Amino acid sequence: MLGIIRQRVARKGVPASIVEQSLQRIRNRPVAYASRCYSSTAKQMTVRDALNSALDEEMSADPKVFLMGEEVGEYQGAYKISKGLLDKYGPERVVDTPITEAGFAGIGVGAAYYGLKPVIEFMTINFTLQAIDHIINSAAKSNYMSAGQMSVPIVFRGPNGAAAGVGAQHSQCYASWYSSCPGLKVLAPYSSEDARGLLKAAIRDPDPVVFLENELLYGESFPVSAEVLDSSFCLPIGKAKIEREGKDVTITAFSKMVGFVLKAAEILAEEGITAEVINLRSIRPLDRSTINASVRKTNRLVTVEEGFPQHGIGAEICASVVEESFEYLDAPVERIAGADVPMPYAANLERLAVPQIEDIVRAAKRACYRSVPMAATA
Amino acid sequence: MAFCLTKAKKLIYNHLKSKMGSLGIINHGNWTHPVSFSHPIPQNLKKPDTFFTNNTTLFASRRFESIIAGKHLDSLRNVFDEIEVLNFPGGKVKFTSEMKFLSESPEERIHCYRVLDDNGQPTVHSNSVQIGEEVAVKMYNDMVTLQLMDSIFYEAQRQGRISFYLTTIGEEAINIASAAALNIDDLIFPQYREAGVLLWRGFSLQEFANQCFGNRDDNGKGRQMPIHYGSKKHNYFTVASTVATQISHAVGAAYALKMDGRDACTVTYFGDGGTSTGDFHAALNFAAVMEAPVIFFCRNNGWAISTPVSDQFRSDGIVVRGQAYGVRSIRVDGNDALAIFSAIQAARRMAIGESRPVLIEALTYRAGHHSTSDDSTKYRPVHEIEWWRVARDPVSRFKKWIESNGWWSDEAEFELRSSVRKQLLHAIQVAEKVEKPAIAEIFTDVYDVPPANLCEQETLLRETIKRHPQDYPSHFQFPL
Repeated sequence: MLGIIRQRVARKGVPASIVEQSLQRIRNRPVAYASRCYSSTAKQMTVRDALNSALDEEMSADPKVFLMGEEVGEYQGAYKISKGLLDKYGPERVVDTPITEAGFAGIGVGAAYYGLKPVIEFMTINFTLQAIDHIINSAAKSNYMSAGQMSVPIVFRGPNGAAAGVGAQHSQCYASWYSSCPGLKVLAPYSSEDARGLLKAAIRDPDPVVFLENELLYGESFPVSAEVLDSSFCLPIGKAKIEREGKDVTITAFSKMVGFVLKAAEILAEEGITAEVINLRSIRPLDRSTINASVRKTNRLVTVEEGFPQHGIGAEICASVVEESFEYLDAPVERIAGADVPMPYAANLERLAVPQIEDIVRAAKRACYRSVPMAATA
Repeated sequence: MAFCLTKAKKLIYNHLKSKMGSLGIINHGNWTHPVSFSHPIPQNLKKPDTFFTNNTTLFASRRFESIIAGKHLDSLRNVFDEIEVLNFPGGKVKFTSEMKFLSESPEERIHCYRVLDDNGQPTVHSNSVQIGEEVAVKMYNDMVTLQLMDSIFYEAQRQGRISFYLTTIGEEAINIASAAALNIDDLIFPQYREAGVLLWRGFSLQEFANQCFGNRDDNGKGRQMPIHYGSKKHNYFTVASTVATQISHAVGAAYALKMDGRDACTVTYFGDGGTSTGDFHAALNFAAVMEAPVIFFCRNNGWAISTPVSDQFRSDGIVVRGQAYGVRSIRVDGNDALAIFSAIQAARRMAIGESRPVLIEALTYRAGHHSTSDDSTKYRPVHEIEWWRVARDPVSRFKKWIESNGWWSDEAEFELRSSVRKQLLHAIQVAEKVEKPAIAEIFTDVYDVPPANLCEQETLLRETIKRHPQDYPSHFQFPL
């Protein structure tokens, strides 16, 4: 209701700020979570270095932490995430494995049952399908099934989702698969700060964590403050981050899509739409309160993800908002997701199968009634 | 890479000579290590870590060692007729000019180690460990207790008092004797037919009953089906329904034990069927590579539900597979308590002292049905079942041995059986009456700390039960 008033007033040319001020007195504004982690003298750090330093520091701090996976040792990591760790910690703590995801996931779980803290690296999360029985049945459910006698402080990590030109069996996003399972925690970092803070939190956490990285983000640099670089730095699991505040539409995303959404937000800002960008960071547990608070502020929601649309993260977010903030919605929720096809290889086809910045911009406009809705049944 | 040679030796020699000769000229100056063919692989080269981290040039020279042989052409010529060796990553291999396939089935199957004959008398030349009276009597007591527990709980399921049960009939020796030869610090990763191991370690009959009834006193908090026992106190990891996953877990835990330098090993049990899984393969392979102190105990009881071993694999049982992975292995008579005891004790010493995995294949027979959901007379002859159950019963065989030592009597037998029977019936009666677990236990242990959404749901559930008691009938029990 308030959202419609504001829109109508805006269209008539009244400056938005005046409208906002008057509306503020009318409605309760919930406290929005905002963080300013970047100091003015920000150092740049790639996500790769962020992950490497996080692993290094956690292994140094706790002798129970060890890394296991294919190519993690001698090869310095398939994506060089574990560079230098074999030299520093030796082959007992950086274990190169034979090719059997099921095998080394099971062995990692066994070590965790005993009390070690394994970090299991998969060359891509796609390969976790070989090990998914151990992840779900041996890790996620064990604490519950054993009535608390067998805890599993393990981290399963690797690059998730689409890379570039790697085809269907190397490009699927498994965020919704793992985040539907109770007993697991599922994290998806975007920036270097996310990568460092969340990986440290995951390693320290007594529950099994699936840590979804992104291959294309490994080489991207982000500013990091001194606080982030400190070895005790840690981010809370279950808290999303508002990357950019806005008033007109809430856009949620995780991992690489956060970058796309931020760019889309800039384009939208030029057209007078301020988008509030939420970086989910934690898929399970999902930060429903931050999302709902934001939607109650903006009254419109666009969810963005790279994975397949059916039963995706956007579906869960939409359901949560409909359940808790139905009367605040002024428009149907827009879901942007990857195409409902196995990922093709050809560059043009691949580009069409993955959300692009323009898709996000158009969806935000639709949510703000600035363009024609693309209803499936229209 | 195929290295079967069918050419005459002379042709090969000339071929190699020309290759080495030209390469010898190119590389003559670079490598100056005179390595002869008869030199065994240096010790430090066997350990991959020193191999790679210390000396990449050494690696390079190892790769081209066969070229260096150009220098030794003269000495080669002399020994050529005696030995021809291929320098392969992974070790030297002798050539042969005879094309011979390894047979798929051996002329003779691997022999089966046993100590006691069918009449419970020690066989001649048995190098078994001596067991004292106290241990032997406890072993027998526990075997009888296990047997009685199985029959009474099976009946309880048939009467509808518990939903499911699975017996160890025919495998009492495997259960008790293997447990007896281990220390309490050794970690057990069971499949599901090893309740006797937990019994030996001190899990009480009441505790078994509580788990089967899923009541409030169940240390598993009513989370699992019957027979899915687990006890951290007894170092017995909770039974899971997934087949053979415990094998990989055992290797991981063994690796952790090794890193901790503990005087303990892990022991994992699985059946003949479980060896077909990917987990078995990965775990054995890994254990050998990681040099993990784990004992793999295969209960080859001839049947995986209705699948006989002839449909399960075509190898000579499981013992030969251990060898294939580079794991020391032995085959034992699974109905001979003393043979199992000796083998486990020796395996344990090797596993911990030499930091290596060991495989024990115990040949036995699943004399009972797979579980209460199975009627095995449908797929195997009744007389076969009866023969194994009676003529090859491991309990009576061990009884004959302890009787012949003067450690047991008919009176003691009667006492034991009637006392255990009473205890079991009492345990069931008590377990049946105990309240079911509190509803809070639906929500605990999902995570280390219950998350906000589950706390909310619990509050909501309690309110709902209070508000709509008619939807929560009392015979179901919803203790708040």
